[in-house]
Amino acid sequence: MSANELILKVEELSVAFGGVKAVNNVSFSVNRGEVFTLIGPNGAGKTTVFNLISRIYNASHGRLVFEGTEISALPAHQIATLGIARTFQNIELFEQATVLQNLLIGRHVHRATSLWQELLFTPKVKKSEIEFRDHVERIIDLLDLQHHRDTHVAGLPYGVRKVVELGRALAIQPKLLLMDEPSSGLNVEETDDMAFWIQDINQDLGVTILMVEHDMSLVSRVSNRVLAMNQGEMLAIGSPQEVQSDPGVIEAYLGKPAHV
Amino acid sequence: MRFIFKTDYLQDIQLAKHRGQQFWYGLLFVALILLPWIVSNYLIDQLVLIFIYSIVGLGLMLLSGYTGLISLGHAAFLGVGAYTEAVLAAKGWPFPLSISMAILLSAITGVIVGLPALRVKGIYLAIATLALGVIVEEVLTRWESVTGGNSGLPVKAVQLFGIKIASLQGFYYLSLVFVVVSTWVVLNLLRSPTGRAFVAIRDSEVSAQSMGIHLAKYKTISFALSAGLTGLAGALYAHKIRFLSPEQFTVLQSIEMLMMIFIGGIGSIHGVFFGAFFLIVLPQAISVAKDYLPAAIGGAAGLQATIFGLIIVGFVMFEPLGIYGRWVKIRTYLQMFPFYRKGAFKRQKTFQKSERNR
Repeated sequence: MSANELILKVEELSVAFGGVKAVNNVSFSVNRGEVFTLIGPNGAGKTTVFNLISRIYNASHGRLVFEGTEISALPAHQIATLGIARTFQNIELFEQATVLQNLLIGRHVHRATSLWQELLFTPKVKKSEIEFRDHVERIIDLLDLQHHRDTHVAGLPYGVRKVVELGRALAIQPKLLLMDEPSSGLNVEETDDMAFWIQDINQDLGVTILMVEHDMSLVSRVSNRVLAMNQGEMLAIGSPQEVQSDPGVIEAYLGKPAHV
Repeated sequence: MRFIFKTDYLQDIQLAKHRGQQFWYGLLFVALILLPWIVSNYLIDQLVLIFIYSIVGLGLMLLSGYTGLISLGHAAFLGVGAYTEAVLAAKGWPFPLSISMAILLSAITGVIVGLPALRVKGIYLAIATLALGVIVEEVLTRWESVTGGNSGLPVKAVQLFGIKIASLQGFYYLSLVFVVVSTWVVLNLLRSPTGRAFVAIRDSEVSAQSMGIHLAKYKTISFALSAGLTGLAGALYAHKIRFLSPEQFTVLQSIEMLMMIFIGGIGSIHGVFFGAFFLIVLPQAISVAKDYLPAAIGGAAGLQATIFGLIIVGFVMFEPLGIYGRWVKIRTYLQMFPFYRKGAFKRQKTFQKSERNR
């Protein structure tokens, strides 16, 4: 695995909702094994980029290439099969199911049994269920979710749900993990845990991470590269320090200095 | 209180979670087998109806309770199953073949009715299925050469491997076998990937998609299985009632079925059986109660509908999880006695769920 091998390439991506150009001519590429972060003020189009990559929205222009395969025209449910998992900004868990079931749903892309086998619950289904469980238990261990295994998601506090959602995405065994604001709504301690997990997932499990994040201390702590966006346009790309000191980025967050 | 120590993943996979469950379900099964020797024919007759409606309930629960798709057209599948069975039995088809055909035809109707489900949901889907239910009812009425139209269609007794099952007891055992097998199959499905995919679609379509679940495929499977089970119930219903006419399969019937699973407890298999029991027993209880009520109330038209309505309102307001939800609370109370707290089942309210991507 070479250091600079591309895993995801975004070329001249654009999408417009009515007259609003939510994403306008955005190009970047993510290297295998890195943590790449999108930052920008509210409405910059970061989540829209995520929804374009996970094919919830259709791009009006541009190409998305994942591991050499063009994915711009694939249906949304095939994205996970390729090895791209995601979390959602406002948490989209399966509320009326237990934590364990939520994580097991993440194993769906690895399903190898047919409907008929499942209706009769053949030994093959049983074996695959145990394998799924085994994998999910390792994620439960990693994310310290043992206590919540059999709890319904609807009864869990926000911070734990955030972790469950991360676990569910990991259950897919992704090559690329899209994390939409992993620290939003978390307290300082939980954010700290999240930073450790992001590093663990990236370094120990070897998962490439593309993330949207507002907390700049978390961003500079975990990211290799950062892309700043504003109003659908690219502002700057580079290391966290470079991007933070870029005049265009400062202007986007704080406004123009008054000319005296 | 019971504490279950889990030392094996199989403990979470197997259907009976602990020895207590094995014992009680075993006892229930033995009781159901012995019942025809113990109780009167009238009760057996009612039990057969409960079995038939339980199968309908299993199908509808799979669709509405687990996949989150509301159907107001389920009487249509019951009708397709019933008429298919009646017509094929009259033609002399052997029972295993004719009932398979009834299931298959209902499942195909289900797939057709489910097509709008791929595009619309919630109240719009309810209306679409309602419309298709009316269409099927109309076809049953108008296609007189096959269905006999409004003058009805008599149905023969079940002919299984050359033996005529005309007795009530025989039919009771036949229905029992179908209920047990249907329940087993549905439970199997729910503990495997397809069942979890249904739940995922119910709770969040957008994230189900991101988990690699093909929405259209699983919604279609859900509709097909649900309609197939309802068609099976329809075939049994045909042999039970022995006479079919289109007004047995109206929209009102569909609403009653939906009501059955809501009262029983949406999203639980226990709820199916509680609901079926309730649906069959309540009208009987009302007609018994009529004799003891003052004539002005007992003789009033629409008494049954009023009581049904009041009960639904009561459940929606006080126990949205139905009879099963209430049972879980009572059981927990007994298990935890005297430590049960009033707030044990209070859910924390959340307003975080994103509606933006739908």
